[in-house]
Amino acid sequence: MKVTMTVNGQTRTGEVEGRTLLSSFLRENLGLTGTHVGCDTSQCGACVVHVDGKDVKACTMFAAECEGAEVATIEGQSAPDGTLNKIQQAFQDYHGLQCGFCTPGMVMTAAALLRDNPTPTEAEVREYLEGNICRCTGYHNIVRAILAASGQEVPAVAAE
Amino acid sequence: MPKDGGIGASSKRREDVRFLTGAGNYTDDINVNGQTYAWFIRSDVAHGKINSIDTSAAQAMDGVLKVFTAADFESAGGIPCGWQVTDRHGQPMQEPKHPILAEGKVRHVGDPIACVVAETLEQARDAAEAVEIDIEELEPVLDMKAALAEDAPKVHDELTSNLCYDWGFVEENKEAVDEAIKNAAHVVTLELTNNRLVANPMEPRVAVADYSRARDEYTLYTTSQNPHVIRLLMGAFVLSIPEHKLRVVAPDVGGGFGSKIYHYAEEAFVTHASKVVNRPVKWTSTRSEAFISDAHGRDHKTKIELALDENHMFTAVRTDTYANMGAYLSTFAPSIPTWLHGTLMAGNYKTPVIYVNVKAVFTNTTPVDAYRGAGRPEATYQLERVIDKAARELGVDPAELRRKNFIKPEEFPYDTPVAVTYDTGNYHATLDKALEMTDYAGFEKRAEESKARGKLRGYGLAHFIEACGIAPSNLVGQLGARAGLYESATVRVNATGGITVMTGSHSHGQGHETSFAQVVADMIGIDEGMIEIEHGDTANTPMGMGTYGSRSIAVGGSAMVRATEKIINKAKKIAAHLMEASESDIELKDGQFSVAGTDKSVAWGDVTLAAYVPHNYPLEEIEPGLEETAFYDPSNFTYPSGAYVCEVEVDPETGKVEVLGFTAADDFGNVVNPMIVEGQVHGGVAQGIGQALMENCAYDENGQLISASYMDYTMPRADDMPMFDVDHSCQTPCTHNPLGVKGCGEAGAIGSPPAVVNAVIDALHRGGYTNVEHIDMPVTPARVWAAMNS
Repeated sequence: MKVTMTVNGQTRTGEVEGRTLLSSFLRENLGLTGTHVGCDTSQCGACVVHVDGKDVKACTMFAAECEGAEVATIEGQSAPDGTLNKIQQAFQDYHGLQCGFCTPGMVMTAAALLRDNPTPTEAEVREYLEGNICRCTGYHNIVRAILAASGQEVPAVAAE
Repeated sequence: MPKDGGIGASSKRREDVRFLTGAGNYTDDINVNGQTYAWFIRSDVAHGKINSIDTSAAQAMDGVLKVFTAADFESAGGIPCGWQVTDRHGQPMQEPKHPILAEGKVRHVGDPIACVVAETLEQARDAAEAVEIDIEELEPVLDMKAALAEDAPKVHDELTSNLCYDWGFVEENKEAVDEAIKNAAHVVTLELTNNRLVANPMEPRVAVADYSRARDEYTLYTTSQNPHVIRLLMGAFVLSIPEHKLRVVAPDVGGGFGSKIYHYAEEAFVTHASKVVNRPVKWTSTRSEAFISDAHGRDHKTKIELALDENHMFTAVRTDTYANMGAYLSTFAPSIPTWLHGTLMAGNYKTPVIYVNVKAVFTNTTPVDAYRGAGRPEATYQLERVIDKAARELGVDPAELRRKNFIKPEEFPYDTPVAVTYDTGNYHATLDKALEMTDYAGFEKRAEESKARGKLRGYGLAHFIEACGIAPSNLVGQLGARAGLYESATVRVNATGGITVMTGSHSHGQGHETSFAQVVADMIGIDEGMIEIEHGDTANTPMGMGTYGSRSIAVGGSAMVRATEKIINKAKKIAAHLMEASESDIELKDGQFSVAGTDKSVAWGDVTLAAYVPHNYPLEEIEPGLEETAFYDPSNFTYPSGAYVCEVEVDPETGKVEVLGFTAADDFGNVVNPMIVEGQVHGGVAQGIGQALMENCAYDENGQLISASYMDYTMPRADDMPMFDVDHSCQTPCTHNPLGVKGCGEAGAIGSPPAVVNAVIDALHRGGYTNVEHIDMPVTPARVWAAMNS
């Protein structure tokens, strides 16, 4: 079947099976490989994208369900000239990523958090990241990066 | 003032930009024109005899190119093991064949039996359902001690038993150790389990093979920490492909933690299958497959005895360990419980005699190999747990007991009784630092506050040492390694002064593209932006051994330093010629070559241009061009060490442990990029806390891995972790490598589990639960509660 959706502001159309997941559609049909697949039980959060403004694990939706939807992925987060947005920049500044595999999902989840709660506490950040697994950073610098992106003071536990 | 570039600066990572914008190039992002898809059919029983495999229905399905079974790999070798351990009696270990697809028997849940290659992944998966396999289930062997019983079923019928080896170290010390324990004033004994873990890098394994009939060449893209090792093992031992016909590329790799060191059957499968079907073949592991096919880590059962004299000085250590190998020998599996474990049993202490016995056992479980730390966490855990127990039994301060037994700063280099020589260290400094950072003196007050809230507070200390910078080739060769463990680098200076470094080290999260560039920039005195680091492709990097064992900066970095030194030496010759001066008078500073004592100078770029446009050039003395390669083989291991402190609160109502704080005071020697080093410690500590409190591979009595998804295997999440307080200001630089570095990748995972468990036991004792001597990891609420109520 044919499915049409808006992805990062562009109308995209593709041929899918009923069982094609949104994550597969983005990666295989559209070549948007920034959305990663780290598990098969919708636990890891590497595939988080935004669908109609909500953060969604792209492996939990069929592509066909997104007919007519507005989808935002990691590829559409920086400015047209490539400048990183404030969350992306904070992740670099605070070393909030190592291998980079969970990073797209972390950035998209953080964006959803800060949209709904512009100045979260550390505990709220940790709580909101419950659905995103990172194996590299111990979350320390991810939490700091998100707090920094929110314009708040960053816990100074770690030596700079 | 923090430096703004070069060695010691927290330079921001250049690789981040691509990872933050979705522009990374991970193996699953690679699609080759005309590619087909592989789907493996894996054993769903732990042990069984394959009576028949009927592929005919699957073979006839839409899109199926071929269904492969073991019969299609008759000409191939088995998956090789890279390390041969010799047992106590001088005999080589038992080494069974590890076929690419199961031959006659299946030996663990997840053992690949057949594989469908089809036009699409869905077609491959659908056809796999139609492959009919008749397996007669056999009784599985799961428990290591039971596996060694005379009448135990055998995992490998061709072997004499399920014992891989019975290793003793140092065998000549055995009697002295027995004697010391017999005569000791105190002997403290502890039996413990080092729980089986899954490394779980967030990127599952992927392999894409592309055979070119036109050129008779193979390209394999794979999620590997060491592409050259894969090329050598797979080419030479499995598929008989000479190295010049086989290119292995490990592009951006999403974490490894050891599990991506090994040569896996799936890599050999897709490479061979690509030639057979004459199309590229891609395999992407699901997470469910990863749980049962990635090599697991740890899984030791140990009894340790620590002997002390009347002054509480350690007089001997004896340890008996059973180490699970799983069903087959993974690439480096035999070396982990032996040479990476036994040699570290001295810890930071002056124990005069030590004896380590390890029985490595085959069972019907997924193969076990190195996982972050590999052998060293197992050594550290038992030692630091038994020392804590000793302090409690003797009624002495656990920090003080450690301090009085430490090797003193002035006693380095120090020969341990387990065959290694620590070049340098200052354990008193790291211990003092950790105690200061955690306000050890103020703990009692904090414990009172917790008590007032109905919680039990505990303080857990551990000190560790590890052997990193793996490894001197001549030494490991004597110990059974079937590889050299040097590293290589080529430094290619371009005409206008920019530099491309091609390193055999591999970065899969460690940030080499940034930190390696800092080193070269520092040596020449140019901007880091002028240096690019290339890695991960056998086609454009010199023969390298890859990244594991915290070896990248210590070994790979040293190779790069040596190559850069050659570059500088040659550049000085060119500069001397340009300035008509003596080479010995040339100095290089801040990217300028000058003649000592004069105001004459030429810039780095002038010299590099002259090397490639040699109009005014000493052609009779040196060749044009500016490119050098160096191989570096270390003369010793490096020995990072540190003191870790965990503070916990136990809820006596539920047994739940909350980590309130975690502090690490490490000695990594010199540090290239403090930001990256701290990040490595954070991640390692999180994995160690995960092991201590949450993570576990649980097999049921049939050999089913019942914690085989993220629904069941408890990965640490953001709200399980505290903020970490890490320090690396205690620095005793390594004495035998040019950068004075020791390596930092594994420390966090080595030192943290005993700190956490010590803290929990401390909390329980303070709460009056003085009968609780030990709780095995993971220290779950259920286990704590059971221990409190036992």
